Amino acid sequence: MPAVSKGDGMRGLAVFISDIRNCKSKEAEIKRINKELANIRSKFKGDKALDGYSKKKYVCKLLFIFLLGHDIDFGHMEAVNLLSSNKYTEKQIGYLFISVLVNSNSELIRLINNAIKNDLSSRNPTFMCLALHCIANVGSREMAEAFASEIPRILVAGDTMDSVKQSAALCLLRLYKTSPDLVLMGEWTSRVVHLLNDQHMGVVTAAISLITCLSQKNPDEFKTCVSLAVSRLSRIVSSASTDLQDYTYYFVPAPWLSCKLLRLLQCYPPPEDGAVKGRLVECLETILNKAQEPPKSKKVQHSNAKNAILFEAISLIIHYDSEPNLLVRACNQLGQFLQHRETNLRYLALESMCTLASSEFSHEAVKTHIETVINALKTERDVSVRQRAADLLYAMCDRSNAKQIVAEMLSYLETADYSIREEMVLKVAILAEKYAVDYSWYVDTILNLIRIAGDYVSEEVWYRVIQIVINRDDVQGYAAKTVFEALQAPACHENMVKVGGYILGEFGNLIAGDPRSSPLVQFNLLHSKFHLCSVPTRALLLSAYIKFINLFPETKATIQEVLRCDSQIRNSDVELQQRAVEYLKLSSIASTDVLATVLEEMPPFPERESSILAKLKKKKGPGAVSVTELEDNKREGGELNGGGDRGPDTAAMAASNASTPSPSADLLGIRSAAPVGAPPASTGSLLVDVFSEAGPAAPSAAVNDDGFLSSAPPSEDPAPPLSEADELLNKFVCKNNGVLFENQLLQIGIKSEYRQNLGRMYLFYGNKTSVQFASFTTTVSCPGDLQSHILFVPLCSETKPSNRITQWKAITSSLSP
Amino acid sequence: MQFMLLFSRQGKLRLQKWYVPLSDKERKKISRDLVQTILARKPKMCSFLEWRDLKIVYKRYASLYFCCAVEDQDNELITLEIIHRYVELLDKYFGSVCELDIIFNFEKAYFILDEFLLGGEAQETSKKNVLKAIEQADLLQEVSQTPKIFT
Repeated sequence: MPAVSKGDGMRGLAVFISDIRNCKSKEAEIKRINKELANIRSKFKGDKALDGYSKKKYVCKLLFIFLLGHDIDFGHMEAVNLLSSNKYTEKQIGYLFISVLVNSNSELIRLINNAIKNDLSSRNPTFMCLALHCIANVGSREMAEAFASEIPRILVAGDTMDSVKQSAALCLLRLYKTSPDLVLMGEWTSRVVHLLNDQHMGVVTAAISLITCLSQKNPDEFKTCVSLAVSRLSRIVSSASTDLQDYTYYFVPAPWLSCKLLRLLQCYPPPEDGAVKGRLVECLETILNKAQEPPKSKKVQHSNAKNAILFEAISLIIHYDSEPNLLVRACNQLGQFLQHRETNLRYLALESMCTLASSEFSHEAVKTHIETVINALKTERDVSVRQRAADLLYAMCDRSNAKQIVAEMLSYLETADYSIREEMVLKVAILAEKYAVDYSWYVDTILNLIRIAGDYVSEEVWYRVIQIVINRDDVQGYAAKTVFEALQAPACHENMVKVGGYILGEFGNLIAGDPRSSPLVQFNLLHSKFHLCSVPTRALLLSAYIKFINLFPETKATIQEVLRCDSQIRNSDVELQQRAVEYLKLSSIASTDVLATVLEEMPPFPERESSILAKLKKKKGPGAVSVTELEDNKREGGELNGGGDRGPDTAAMAASNASTPSPSADLLGIRSAAPVGAPPASTGSLLVDVFSEAGPAAPSAAVNDDGFLSSAPPSEDPAPPLSEADELLNKFVCKNNGVLFENQLLQIGIKSEYRQNLGRMYLFYGNKTSVQFASFTTTVSCPGDLQSHILFVPLCSETKPSNRITQWKAITSSLSP
Repeated sequence: MQFMLLFSRQGKLRLQKWYVPLSDKERKKISRDLVQTILARKPKMCSFLEWRDLKIVYKRYASLYFCCAVEDQDNELITLEIIHRYVELLDKYFGSVCELDIIFNFEKAYFILDEFLLGGEAQETSKKNVLKAIEQADLLQEVSQTPKIFT
């Protein structure tokens, strides 16, 4: 019942609240509120000064209205006025108001800080606490500036009361969290550490939180706390339940304090001092032992408190990762919890085991529980528990149980919650790749993944499978066969079409011998999905078609027919149209040799870190992939293969340049092999720098975004014959950008812009060698009367640095048509 | 702890304590989203869930949901007990506390919370001490209070 008898009841407030509750509709409520707001406004503006009680009441009403969810734009001044009252309740309400409705008006802030300062120096502990609470609740930078030096003094002063010390400690913590630069370490730090020995448990409780946070940023400054913490902890753990009196919670001695001490110890490595370490180990063993004892009370609070300490102790054991005996015991304890009646404990056990799985001492012990975890995955009714089980399976996966775990995760995926599917897909993909001994299993797994959760298979996943298939000769035939079969399913996910299209385009020849998968059959299969697909997929399919023409000349007529039809060459999408037109032309004019060279099989991708891992990290935060990373570090990159990062990079550029994704760009084979005398990256980036219109220059894998054809990859032909130069020149009839000339030493690119009568051409000279060009000059000869119309401005000449990437430009601009 | 919310089964917020700086708009959005998420959970589900990048610990007492958001490394079980301890404090203070008490005496609920938790951390874990502090403050009220009957 309403405690009207406790202090003052503020009848007016109670009446107002009742009114609001009695409102039958939202409109009525708003009406009542507006009426009250008007009333309060007039009272505040009124001629006669309000007395403290009324002010307090109105400010409280305003607060109530605000907490209901309405905006309040006045009352701050009155609240600040209340602060200077010497009536406790008025101060209290004033502080509450300004803590909840934080205002950034500097005048008000100054007044507030003043009031706080007065209260802090008042020597009245209750007022001091009020002020400290306010600072802790607001924690603004202005407050930090004003009080960051004062509060440590209060904290360690001998005559400060215990309750004030507690508040000061946590207040300082809040200020440190929001403005760490304003809280300077000083002589108070050593005194703060000694608060751990204080008789008053409340002070210790508050101080520990402060020390924990500070020691994370300044470990050396506070490292004396470790031994103090250990001795405090062992005193608590070995105490009888009557020792600590009011700090015993349902027969558990000081659970909050114990947990905080254990947390503090997790900020430091295991203590070096043998005695301290011994005591700590003893403590931990006692805690583990107590877990096995029968409970002193049936109440859930007792078991929660006891288990809270247990879980924190296990976290500490995992953090130290150095006592195999303790680790195994911890693992066994968690194993027991895995089958506990209480869902909470099962959840926490699964969560804890995840971290345990990454320790080498306990990894094997964790694996013994695999059946229980799989069972949890299948039978738990709570989705958060199921998700934890999936996380644990991921963490405990290794070579011995990979197949089993991946299979379980796949079947879980079929019924999993939509919100977690993408993460699951990434994890399955990572596991499948990491532990694949037999790559045909890997291919199967990924294709299954696409079949089950196609929508959530992000690009990184299917790029990866393609990279791997390309890099591994032994699995190419199998891949081709499998995608072929998969595509025959009546309802096929678009990602499957992408993968299938690409793989058949590259390796369709491997299964072409079988009449069931003859070239024409393959083509028809792909084309049957064509109209169902989105634009990027269709683009990919078109590339696959041109590859077919190369691989299977007998299909040339059919495919050309398809390319020729209006829906392709007059397609409203620029990309598709361009591809159709160009491929059609390519297939008609290029000789078979040329075609074969241009459409040569994709070379292996360079080894790079899996982008899937990066994506998972981004999604989940650093904790999630610690396991695989740990294993990676142990295995020095021997496992990962074919991890080219081209896919996402080119995709990024493609996004920015609205041009082709990797398959098509690669198709043209422009930079498939490293150009002579320079690493691929440089030339690539040279081109990209020049030609990328908007997007970022990707480090490797340059794409010649214009997609224009050149008759031979420049790399393979050191000095292109003049005819090719002409050809290159001809391009500029319809293109503004491109490579003008290229040989072993030099690449000249051009970029031009034209608008009405003004034109501007940039010439880029790229040094492909690793030596410096000296005395590099350019001359531009302008024929005839063009001379008078062209302004030639060399931007920088002289020596050209040997760094392969730099370029310099000369600008010419014409002044008249 | 990052924040604590108390809300009814209809989703009405009865108390909101924020321990991290967030704009008003963000607070409203978080409250709305989180309340929806928790109200959608079935009774037998576990008291913890992952939400955005936080861990949520919640428990229902009669018609009120008590919900805390803690960071990744915080101990969930002890947070459950923080909630319980807070309920115990309210109960002792109001005498068999119910939702109405918290509605009509919301400012007291905040004061009690401040004596127990500060800056998101447990400050005083002795029930006796917290209640003593509140009672002392109440006494101060009564001493300095000139009683008003008519508002």
